Amino acid sequence: MRRRQFLVLSAASIGGVLVYSLDRRASRLFAQEKSSQSLKIPLRFFTEAEALIVAAAASRIFPSDDSGPGAKEAGVVIYIDRQLAGPYGRDRYRYTQGPFVEDAPREFGYQGKATPREVYREGLKDLKGFDRLSPEEQDKQLRQIESSHFFALLRQNTIEGMFCDPMHGGNADMVGWQLIGFPGPRMSNYADVDKHYGEAFRPKPVSLQQVVGRKVRPSEDEDLK
Amino acid sequence: MKTLRSTDVVIIGGGWTGLLMAKELGSRTALSVVVLERGGPRKTQDYAADMDELDYFVRLHMMQDPSRETVTLRHSPSERALPIRQFGAFLPGSGIGGTGEHWGAVYPRLLPDCFELYSKTVGKYGVKKLPEGHSMQDWGITYDELEPYYARSERELGVSGKAGNLKGKKIEGGNIFEGWRSSEYPMPPVKTPYFSDLFGKATKSLGYHPFSNPVAINSEHYTNPDGMSRAACAFCGYCERLGCMIGAKAQPTNTFLPVIQKQKSVSIRTGTSVRRIVKDTAEAYGKARGVTYIDVSGEEIFQPADLVILASWTLGNNHLLLLSGIGNPYNPATGKGILGKNLTHQVSFPAAQSFLEKPLNRFMGAGGIGMRIADLEGDVLDQSNLPFIRGGIFQGHSVGYQPIAIFGSVPRSVKSRWGAEWKKASIEYYDRTGTVSFSGEQIPYKGNYIDLDPTYKDHAGDPLLRLTINWRENERKMVEYMTAKGVEIARAMGAKEINPFPGYGDYDVTRYQSTHLQGGTIMAPSPERGVVNTFLQHWQVPNLFILGASTFPNTGSANPTPTILALTYRTADAIVDRYLKNPAPLA
Ligand SMILES: Cc1cc2nc3c(=O)[nH]c(=O)nc-3n(C[C@H](O)[C@H](O)[C@H](O)COP(=O)(O)OP(=O)(O)OC[C@H]3O[C@@H](n4cnc5c(N)ncnc54)[C@H](O)[C@@H]3O)c2cc1C
Ligand code: SF4
Repeated sequence: MRRRQFLVLSAASIGGVLVYSLDRRASRLFAQEKSSQSLKIPLRFFTEAEALIVAAAASRIFPSDDSGPGAKEAGVVIYIDRQLAGPYGRDRYRYTQGPFVEDAPREFGYQGKATPREVYREGLKDLKGFDRLSPEEQDKQLRQIESSHFFALLRQNTIEGMFCDPMHGGNADMVGWQLIGFPGPRMSNYADVDKHYGEAFRPKPVSLQQVVGRKVRPSEDEDLK
Repeated sequence: MKTLRSTDVVIIGGGWTGLLMAKELGSRTALSVVVLERGGPRKTQDYAADMDELDYFVRLHMMQDPSRETVTLRHSPSERALPIRQFGAFLPGSGIGGTGEHWGAVYPRLLPDCFELYSKTVGKYGVKKLPEGHSMQDWGITYDELEPYYARSERELGVSGKAGNLKGKKIEGGNIFEGWRSSEYPMPPVKTPYFSDLFGKATKSLGYHPFSNPVAINSEHYTNPDGMSRAACAFCGYCERLGCMIGAKAQPTNTFLPVIQKQKSVSIRTGTSVRRIVKDTAEAYGKARGVTYIDVSGEEIFQPADLVILASWTLGNNHLLLLSGIGNPYNPATGKGILGKNLTHQVSFPAAQSFLEKPLNRFMGAGGIGMRIADLEGDVLDQSNLPFIRGGIFQGHSVGYQPIAIFGSVPRSVKSRWGAEWKKASIEYYDRTGTVSFSGEQIPYKGNYIDLDPTYKDHAGDPLLRLTINWRENERKMVEYMTAKGVEIARAMGAKEINPFPGYGDYDVTRYQSTHLQGGTIMAPSPERGVVNTFLQHWQVPNLFILGASTFPNTGSANPTPTILALTYRTADAIVDRYLKNPAPLA
């Protein structure tokens, strides 16, 4: 059993939008309470040190800047932590029998043996202290690993964490969907699909849970007791 | 091994073809029918809670589980094949309804000349025009013979569209290049979202003949001849790769399954992975006695049957025949044997990614809806002065786009793939990117085929299926030519910037093409040239019938399912009207 690890974030730094990105139990506590100075988010896979590095790296891939909120506000690190703790992280969805041909041509996809968990653990070793570097230094380091499989996963998982349904721990408060004008699972667009030609039609986003009126169990919770 | 009581018919696979055959036999005969499906049960009500891009579109929860069973692939017989560790280029289904649950439901017929590919091509252009290494041959059945079955399947599924050729009369607004139709589509075309409308207007301005994709998606409330009544599509966009939560997209579970469930003579067993078809001799020919399968508890079971129907999609059909030692495996070095021959996969690619001025509201859409043109398809396109044969269709799809899949597409002028500049451009273009896509024919080659892999194994310890496939000159030249045409269309749509398709290198397992793999158990009028006859009856094992695109000697550029189902109806008629009276070879 690993010791329980937490990601501690200051409530101010995350703008108080973490309702959806908390652990199921913690989400009942309503994290945005103005009184609380910091938030303790239970981690499922990462150590706190790893989580801080992943959060910092995701923020360089998808920064928070004047074009809108980014990985930080969306809670991308929490999304990735849960994915890695769940079936995806242990490669439940991949054919994992050998022999492995690690240097296979690109057209054959990832042929390596390492699971996403192992890829992250290995990759993070090279990024020690990353979260304490300046943004310029961080970018420089990321550029050095840009062509690695680890970076490809990190980039892909960051996009997933920005735009997944909030039940997966990312896209907190649907900030990602608001950023691009995606309305989430709408039951009907019948009246609108052949209208609004050439104009932005932007219904208010809704999450899956709001649409179906009950909690839906995401795949990463499969492994939870 | 446990042996069960014998059944009259066993059907392997509970997808489009398996359930259609079960329904036909169940309603027209008194035979006892058992359907064996490796995946789990499903129903329409499940699908609302599945409107989640991550688990269904990205992690592919409805599809075949590659950790249990996949295939290997290589580009030529001299290479070592590698397993497809995650499905990408095609997405096989599993579970009741099969791939038909999460399909896009585009429902076009093949061009008439696709059935006579060899003789029509030679007749028009001469033998010299045939690409090197091809293995083209005629089907032994014509479009005219299949027409009534196409029409029947369109009524049964409920197809929305507009005819362009009613009994020879050309009709503007429909596909004027299509083969003759005996009847109009059961429903008018579906609504047209903005991007598809742009595509339609642009192609028209270029002198093409755009029409609304025929789709097995209801444009209005529809009741089929079996009395199944289903709602009109709501354009929710959670469609392809997922089942429809209101039953507006035709799927086996909302068309055939409810009928079957009322038939006492048909039973469906889920969680049953069929391992072998058992024969009465050790030879390649003989009589099938039934099948063995592993149930959910892992127990091995023998189900005896008088008639075996193989309906486990292209990969499953080839796999089970090869594992069972039924028929003569194809050998590309000698040209001998037939099982596994003529593996084809349509040429599908995004010809021109177009960055447009105005927002598209791309979240609204449905399955395969959109506008298409067939002016450059098959024998419509004059190939005399072109460096390739055959062609295909262009379309402006409005599938209903999800953000994880499409975020991050930017014009090539934006160099970065992460960071502030990329993020800003990706947000700007998120809803302004539309793809002019192409789907064309891949002709069959002697070197593209299927056999068993010598190295990799599945969950039961059986060898994986091995695909040997690559693109050749004909496809690469076609892609080059069509990319230029696609760019013209994108320009006519007013694209500010265009990313043209870079061209075909080697077959890429990671980029989605289509789930239209064909061949391996092809039909032909003689046993030397086909695994099955044109009634899809095995040439050497007459009480075995094989359904699905594995029986196609070549592709069309059209999506395969209408032809798959039309052929299944024809086989059902042949079994009910002829075979049951005299269980002998039908051809
Ligand atoms: C994303 C997507 C979009 C598509 N869009 C279109 C489209 O727009 N138009 C079109 O025409 N086609 C489309 N297709 C293809 C279409 O779904 C197939 O052509 C069609 O479903 C084939 O029917 P089938 O019965 O041959 O196979 P399936 O429907 O796949 O059924 C085969 C069944 O056999 C089962 N099976 C396999 N092996 C075994 C075994 N050993 N034991 C027990 N059971 C087994 C499988 O689990 C499966 O349920 C699409 C497919 C996908 C994935
Ligand atoms: S887009 Fe239409 S057919 Fe597709 S799932 Fe939604 S309602 Fe059903």
